[in-house]
Amino acid sequence: MPSAPGSAAARAWNRFTPAERLARFAVYLAVVAAVVVSAATVEFIPEFVYDAPEQMRDLLVRMWPVDFAHYPRGVHAALVETLHIASLGTLLAVALAVPVGLLAARNVTPVPALNYLAKLVLVSSRSVNSLVWALLFIAVFGPGALAGTLAIAFRSIGFVGKLFAEACEEAHPGTIEALAAVGAPWASILTHGYWPQVKPAFWAIVLLRWDINVRESAVLGLVGAGGIGVALNTAINLFQWNRVAVVLLAIFAVVIAAEILVTQLRKRLI
Amino acid sequence: MAQAALAIRNLSKAYAPGQFVLRDLSLEVAPRGVTAIIGPSGSGKSTLIRCINRLVEPTAGAILFEGRDLTRLKGAELRRARARIGMVFQEYNLVERLTVMENVLTGRLAYVSPLKAWLRRFPPEDIERAFRLLDEVGLSGYERQRADSLSGGQRQRVGIARAIMQQPRLLLADEPTSSLDPKTSVEIMTLLRDLAAGHAIPVLVNMHDVELARRFADRIVGLAGGAIVFDGPPHALSDARLAGIYGGESWLH
Repeated sequence: MPSAPGSAAARAWNRFTPAERLARFAVYLAVVAAVVVSAATVEFIPEFVYDAPEQMRDLLVRMWPVDFAHYPRGVHAALVETLHIASLGTLLAVALAVPVGLLAARNVTPVPALNYLAKLVLVSSRSVNSLVWALLFIAVFGPGALAGTLAIAFRSIGFVGKLFAEACEEAHPGTIEALAAVGAPWASILTHGYWPQVKPAFWAIVLLRWDINVRESAVLGLVGAGGIGVALNTAINLFQWNRVAVVLLAIFAVVIAAEILVTQLRKRLI
Repeated sequence: MAQAALAIRNLSKAYAPGQFVLRDLSLEVAPRGVTAIIGPSGSGKSTLIRCINRLVEPTAGAILFEGRDLTRLKGAELRRARARIGMVFQEYNLVERLTVMENVLTGRLAYVSPLKAWLRRFPPEDIERAFRLLDEVGLSGYERQRADSLSGGQRQRVGIARAIMQQPRLLLADEPTSSLDPKTSVEIMTLLRDLAAGHAIPVLVNMHDVELARRFADRIVGLAGGAIVFDGPPHALSDARLAGIYGGESWLH
């Protein structure tokens, strides 16, 4: 609406309305308050902090020399198991997350009740850390790689499903409209309308999750869910720092290798 | 009109309660020829076209097509009816990451099971016809190119091929040339008219370019405020009539 040329006051323009300025101030205040309260709760003990560099040096000295001879005997099999847990867990998660993600995407499934149900499933999967999932599955299936695989899978459903649903919701609606106008059935609209559009996002999500899962499954052994974490835990408990070093190096090498592999795969798939 | 290809009766549409975009509109479309709908922005042109294949849900009224009321169809019946109505879009709405051939074959999705479509197992006669259509729209040899590598005019040619691929009994076009330059627009309209005539399909097309509508339409329908204010052959569309459709006169000179 064109405003009448009036006094300067009528034309004054502010980036924020008074209400918005108040809201922004409230946010700043809340952030500062949160930092102050957290600092008070953490209870850091100065003596331990001053001591830290020395402890660090001590730890590194005890790790040297790295016990490479231990690798073929105690680390390799566990490392391979870790990779299996991560890969199987990711596969299982994708198989479960795709249908849930499709139900969660409002444009693919225009039924609010189903969207909320699917989102509930995704949130519950994400609200539990994979270590906690592992503890739950160890209680059910006993310690070992099966519990680890399921823990990885159940934690990943929420991640993969949420991002997949968001990718679907960002699909260009015109294309979908055109296929609906053709009289295509729902399944064909999925395969010809949504899938080509979400394919790059889908592979990016799956590869990222696999990459995360390789790292997560390395930790799962700490609670007895199989993989290289078991070797790490044993070595730490026995104060065999030279062996701890070789385990850490193995994990580091695998993460780097996974990163390189994922980057290469992304280049080819997307 | 003896046997209309499409008969719209007392169609109304309100996106928000009480705010009518179309008011009690009735229109019949003959089994042959090009009918152009013109009118200012917001006059309900797009809504009218989209009500026919139910991309937009009509609020009231009936749309008779092949002996059925389209406004009452649901599920599989609606899809079967949509399969008999081709549509060409302003922004082409191709599946960008698929090839030209795959895009043309999407016109057959209503007739091929999702699994077979996913595996790209279309019947050989469909593939044969898709090749013939690509020849007809002047895209021979482009079948392996991805849709997002094409120019606007080429994309719209694919859009037209996809619509004709349905073997429709009615072709809808929603501003098919509005994203194109004047020369390409004429080429696309020529193609649309000739292909539809060749396949004996009546065309209902929205246009905002009055001169283009005059040149290619057999009949022009003027829409203003959601109602028909002009209906007649192109030569009957005088300046006074145009002023009645679009309002005001200064823009005519």
